[in-house]
Amino acid sequence: MDVALVFTVGVFFAVSIYLMLSKHIIRILLGVSIFSNAVNLTIFSAGRLLGEMPPIIPIDADTPSQTTANPLPQALVLTAIVIAFSIFAFLLVLAFRAYQEIGTDDTDEMRVAEPKGNELPPLGY
Amino acid sequence: MAADGPLLTFFVLILPFIAAGLAPLLTRWLAHNAAWVLALAPLFIFYHFAGFLPSVAAGEPVAGGYSWIERLNVEFSWYLDGLSLTFALLISGIGTLVVLYSGGYLKGNPQQGRFFSFILMFMGAMQGLVVADSFLMLFVFWELTSITSFLLIGFDHVREASRRAALQALVVTGAGGLSLLAGLLVITSITGEHSLSAILDSDALRASPLYIAALLLILGGAFTKSAQFPFHFWLPNAMEAPTPVSAYLHSATMVKAGVYLLMRLNPVMGETVAWETILPIFGGTTLLVGTLLAVRQTDLKLMLAYTTVASLGLLVMLTGFGSKVAVEAAVLYLIAHSMFKGALFMVAGAIDHETGTRDITQLGGIGRAMPITFAAAVLAALSMGGLPPFFGFLAKEEIYAGLATGAGWGILLTVVALIGNALMFAIGFAVGLKPFTGARVETPKTPHEGPILLWLGPLVLAVSGLVSALLSEGSHHLISSPMASAVYGEPVSIHISVIPHIGMPLLLSVITVALGILAYMSLARGRAAMTSTLAAIGWGPDRGFDQAIRGLIRSSYSVTGVIQSGRLDNYVTTVFTVLIAALFVPMLVFDELPAIPTFSPLHFYEWAVLAVAFIGLGAVVWARDRLTAIVSLGIQGFAVALIFMLLGAPDLSFTQFMVETLAVVILALVMTRLRLSPTDHRPTREKVPDVLIAVACGLGLSLFLLRVIELPFDTTLSVFFAENSRVIAHGRNIVNVILVDFRGLDTLGEIAVVMIAGLAILALVRIRPGRAQVDLKSARERES
Amino acid sequence: MRTLIFRTIAPYLASLMVLFSIFVLLRGHNEPGGGFIAGLIAASAFAIYGIACGVSPVRRAIYFHPMTISGIGLLSAASAGLMSIFAGTPFLTGLWAPIDVLGVHVDLSSVLLFDVGVYLVVLGSLTSIALGLEEREERI
Repeated sequence: MDVALVFTVGVFFAVSIYLMLSKHIIRILLGVSIFSNAVNLTIFSAGRLLGEMPPIIPIDADTPSQTTANPLPQALVLTAIVIAFSIFAFLLVLAFRAYQEIGTDDTDEMRVAEPKGNELPPLGY
Repeated sequence: MAADGPLLTFFVLILPFIAAGLAPLLTRWLAHNAAWVLALAPLFIFYHFAGFLPSVAAGEPVAGGYSWIERLNVEFSWYLDGLSLTFALLISGIGTLVVLYSGGYLKGNPQQGRFFSFILMFMGAMQGLVVADSFLMLFVFWELTSITSFLLIGFDHVREASRRAALQALVVTGAGGLSLLAGLLVITSITGEHSLSAILDSDALRASPLYIAALLLILGGAFTKSAQFPFHFWLPNAMEAPTPVSAYLHSATMVKAGVYLLMRLNPVMGETVAWETILPIFGGTTLLVGTLLAVRQTDLKLMLAYTTVASLGLLVMLTGFGSKVAVEAAVLYLIAHSMFKGALFMVAGAIDHETGTRDITQLGGIGRAMPITFAAAVLAALSMGGLPPFFGFLAKEEIYAGLATGAGWGILLTVVALIGNALMFAIGFAVGLKPFTGARVETPKTPHEGPILLWLGPLVLAVSGLVSALLSEGSHHLISSPMASAVYGEPVSIHISVIPHIGMPLLLSVITVALGILAYMSLARGRAAMTSTLAAIGWGPDRGFDQAIRGLIRSSYSVTGVIQSGRLDNYVTTVFTVLIAALFVPMLVFDELPAIPTFSPLHFYEWAVLAVAFIGLGAVVWARDRLTAIVSLGIQGFAVALIFMLLGAPDLSFTQFMVETLAVVILALVMTRLRLSPTDHRPTREKVPDVLIAVACGLGLSLFLLRVIELPFDTTLSVFFAENSRVIAHGRNIVNVILVDFRGLDTLGEIAVVMIAGLAILALVRIRPGRAQVDLKSARERES
Repeated sequence: MRTLIFRTIAPYLASLMVLFSIFVLLRGHNEPGGGFIAGLIAASAFAIYGIACGVSPVRRAIYFHPMTISGIGLLSAASAGLMSIFAGTPFLTGLWAPIDVLGVHVDLSSVLLFDVGVYLVVLGSLTSIALGLEEREERI
């Protein structure tokens, strides 16, 4: 499964990056969402697929009785999922507000911070 | 080393900064009379340092300090020998007078408190610079003098000329400061020491192959600070500052920091061919250029400024000449110069203050109206001209005694000094005598004697130039000789007195005076000649500075235009292209490609889950309408959740399910209101490179990950958590125990992030649509 | 989406989900579950309730502003860490106080308080986001 998972992760990355290379914010957002899944899967698989048992100690033991999945990357990924979602929600609202204010979702048209044809800054002191 | 109350000295070193903090308050209460109170600070410093005179004169330097970060050799430490002590006394002594003078000069200025604050800050910085022992402290205070100088030159910041002059001074001296830092680092790497006192007796620097590098870097710092040609241009421009600043920073103290540094390092870096060639050449050139440019000026302050440049050149030349007598001459001239030039600047300021003009052609016959200022001016001019019985005379005699040794190099430098001194003589009298004598010329304001605050400073300085020369035995014993000893590196004792003795120096002095009088008479003609010469040359470093700054702005503008195109897709493309390079180049160069993996057969349900994921991904890319895209996004998310489930991560799986559900819900909420289609608008010629980048990134990350999981895995942490989760933390769900117990601090930070994101979204949602747009529009209109 | 059936079921569904979320939160230390998941479940409950019946009933039902809940959560998580001051142990060290309630053994702990804090932060922030977006939906 691990090799298959590694290449699945590659596909996730490729799709998300392709979407993020778009000029349209909506597609970029879709890309960001997939990207966070890709990253989470990366962390997960880099932590090795040690076993398929959940890392839970049986009720009558002090340590897991058999090899379980690696708990550490799970803990990392768990918070990462929630944070990624918060950030995604923030981006979504930001994009929506930008669309309301500027009236476009084409990043080429969103030139408030870096307007086209910027003139030379003043040369005096 | 003499015993020292380190705490008191430390207090004295930070006292100016304390006073600087109090200055605005005091000025609010006492107006310009705050000067009397504030002057107590430098006066106390002067008194404290004067207490060290006997022990330093006896050849026992005072050292002390506190260690701060021992491992990095960062310490606050001071080392007071004759050189440092003389500088410290000049700074605090003249500082006292300048603070008083500022009280009168800026009387009624609403910003006077700020001015006091800056000038006291500068005093603290300069004080720290000259007594600093540790290299780091030296550098910090060196830069601090540049910064305070910037603030003071730009004090009148509404004028563009002030801003330009301030920036120029900061750029030139700041760049020099960096050069100094590099030089100090080279010295540290050669000697392994971190303080001045530790290297003073060593020959290691001169013997090192890095000597030239260290020398050039140090000279870069010293020459910019001390306005040596071709870096001299910032100093005359700095005359945009209020006159007390010119008197204090730009003649008596700060510009001498470079000379101080050279004198300080003379015992360890001097007496080499490079030292004794570079210094006299630059110093001599500066002397000639400075005096010649001074002749052209009609503004009193500018005339003085150029002669200051010249004097600094003379000092550098003497320091670099290398003989014992030349060192004595440099010491004497430095002291003399601080007194007479400080006095003359204050006189120029007083004239400006009382008459409303500083133009020498507009001034005449004001001596009767301002008798005390006149007296101070003449006394100072006499000292500057090098006439007996003033301290300037002692200095000049010693200069000629030092240079005119008969060797060819000495003769050349003697001639340079002769011309320079003669012109400075002329300028000195043009400032100190001409405005006061002759026919009365109408001035914008009717002059009368200024308040005591205005004439006390110049008078005290001018008179001390006389008294110190008359009591030359004592002043040599306490000040000049210990300082010269510190500069020369061996005990030196100076004996010259005001009684003229027949000899070569006296003859040269007479010639100087004769030439000076001649120059004074024909000053107007000389001015015309210099003006036309300079007009013919046209370009100078001052204009060069403007061109450099403009060039900098233009080039950064064009670079910014290239790097920041303002197009998001360019940025994203760049990021991922770099990612491709970062992934593949190391793998290929270091031969770290993964081995060809062996696919273990998958269960059918594993195939099914992966297939669902791919279908979801594909549908997102090729979706024809919004809802399909959103739902497909959900599908790939659920597929990920299933993967987690299969691989023993139920917690992740549940979380992923919930998150994907919520994501789909809020996406649907937002997207239904956007009149946008999610289909791809990219033309094929843009699609192809994008696909290539995406595929390359995906492949690179896959290979990278493959390589990672090939490597042996260290399970120490995971095993620790598994073994201790129940035993220590009483929890059977190891993942949850890690989250809330073992790594609780991380989680605390993460939930803080979640909450901040929530707040930010709330703020975004709450802003009413439309209002920001109006703001934006009006901002655009204001711009155009 | 506001069909009658949905509107009728939604309050019950939401309260069931909230109840379930508390269950998941409390069992999280020993079985799959925990503050993050429970918070997400509860937030979904309120989101569903909001979609079905409008935002104002939800706001009335939870009484506090969602961000207040979130703030309380962050505060309790932080104070769970600060409790270790009194025990003289480093920040966030777990403290345990086993007690017996009606014959049932219960482990009260600062860790539990911390997990409750996580739950409330996630619940509050995400509910705030969801309600904020739904509210705009209604206005248009």
